[in-house]
Amino acid sequence: MTMIEVSGLTKRYGPDTVVDDLSFTVEAGQVTGFLGPNGAGKTTTMRMIVGLATPDGGSVKIHGRRYADFPVPLTEVGALLDAGAVHGGRKAYDHLLALAASNGLPRSRVGEVLARTGMSAAAGKRAGEFSLGMRQRLGIAAALLGDPRVLIFDEPVNGLDPEGIRWVRELMRSLAAEGRAVLVSSHLMSEMAQTADHLVVVGRGRLIADTSVSELMNAAGGGTVHVRVNDPGTLALRLSAAGATVREGLESVLVVSGMTAGDVGKLAAYHGLVLSELAPQRASLEDAFMALTKDSVEFQGVAA
Amino acid sequence: MSRAIVAEWIKLRSLRSTWYTLACLFVVGLGITTLASNSAREAYADAGAGWDPTAHSLTAYIVAQLIIGVLGTLVVTSEFATGLMRTTLTVTPRRHRVLAAKVAIAAAVAVVAGQVLMVAAFLIGQPLIDRQGVPNAGLGDPGVLRAVLAGGLYLALIALLAVGLGTIMRATAGALVTLVGIIFLVPALAGLFPSWMKGMLDFWPTIGGAAALATVPNPDFPHPWWNLAGLGLGVAGVLAVAFVLLRRRDV
Repeated sequence: MTMIEVSGLTKRYGPDTVVDDLSFTVEAGQVTGFLGPNGAGKTTTMRMIVGLATPDGGSVKIHGRRYADFPVPLTEVGALLDAGAVHGGRKAYDHLLALAASNGLPRSRVGEVLARTGMSAAAGKRAGEFSLGMRQRLGIAAALLGDPRVLIFDEPVNGLDPEGIRWVRELMRSLAAEGRAVLVSSHLMSEMAQTADHLVVVGRGRLIADTSVSELMNAAGGGTVHVRVNDPGTLALRLSAAGATVREGLESVLVVSGMTAGDVGKLAAYHGLVLSELAPQRASLEDAFMALTKDSVEFQGVAA
Repeated sequence: MSRAIVAEWIKLRSLRSTWYTLACLFVVGLGITTLASNSAREAYADAGAGWDPTAHSLTAYIVAQLIIGVLGTLVVTSEFATGLMRTTLTVTPRRHRVLAAKVAIAAAVAVVAGQVLMVAAFLIGQPLIDRQGVPNAGLGDPGVLRAVLAGGLYLALIALLAVGLGTIMRATAGALVTLVGIIFLVPALAGLFPSWMKGMLDFWPTIGGAAALATVPNPDFPHPWWNLAGLGLGVAGVLAVAFVLLRRRDV
């Protein structure tokens, strides 16, 4: 079921078009990764979804309606756009209580979301004393207050330690397993590879790919085989003759593409060469992502 | 709407700065009242027939309006400064409700705090004036209760002006500098303005707008409640601009 429908969304700041005719959908029951380099327009798009910024063109429908038309928005959409968006002098409990009250939610919800995010012990502490990880948890707790069907998280693992990252990842998975639509932005492909079912890739405000994780992997190519052998020169010659592409890797490893590991092994055995290592390498999602977005990175480093 | 008001009240009461600001309001306000009342003899000698013991004990309003203005400003700008405004407007996308609730809460707190301060200033000031052998007033004397009541209303209007300025400026410093300019700088420079601008000063804070805080008629302002109403109209205008800007701007 389509929960978020973004169509033709456009946003300009002065001469810059930050989001450019962007269309995609977010489905229930899965984690949709919203991926792109810094400055690609991810945050601006999310702010337009919840009505914080007004689009210059296009529209966003959530469950068929405009966000601003929801009488009780917290029960429809939970959003964590900026973990820093709390008053440092206010206790976590009071922060959540004010948010719950603004939507007429019962006070008991505050205790429930604090428990789900592991924040019960910190309820009486002021948000200013929190680590970044705790602030992320508080933001996630706020998003869960109304038990919404749609969740939107902007870079939720930014600045978290490995334990925190794993916790967020598992939470996203379990929220999707409960049938909710989860939209998570990130500029890290590796992170999304482990969390998302579906990927929406943007660069310079435009849609680059709208695809599943496995499709993107396939599109990135079949991968390579790393070979260590007693006579690299001969093997390289034989492999090239058989149609594979060979280049020299680090520490005299041969990097072979265009041939499976099994075929490389057979060829070596046929020619009586001794292999000490034969390792197929999966194409990394990171490479696929870099290849997709290399034209749309805003500030590219210059190789020395 | 009532949900938004409950939320704003939770937000205001759960910040220590709210209570510090209110404590400051009373310490400074009543401190100035004490100082002013203790120097009543000189003031009486200067004033002669125009001596107004009620107005004299209410002079603390001049500084109290700045502190209550800080409170009004913070109701809005503390959310912009911390980014909380983004969360607030996400959970309440009908933005006018947020500002209306902030106006209601700021008005309620300011009218109570301002009224209590003005009554306390009068009750503390009059015995001190009496102790110096200077003529003083009682709450039941003609015009006294009205003047004290006007003091509380005036302070509440200044708090609402600050809410409006905070929404328009979105920054604590900018809003407070503007407020100081309005309540202190313009009155201090009033003599420099061309005559066509002087009409506005009849309703300006600290000048005509505060004329109702007296019991002795001021020949410049024969109907001081009209001046206070004019101030209220000006504040309403500033708030109207604030409502429009909050609805239109991206956060």
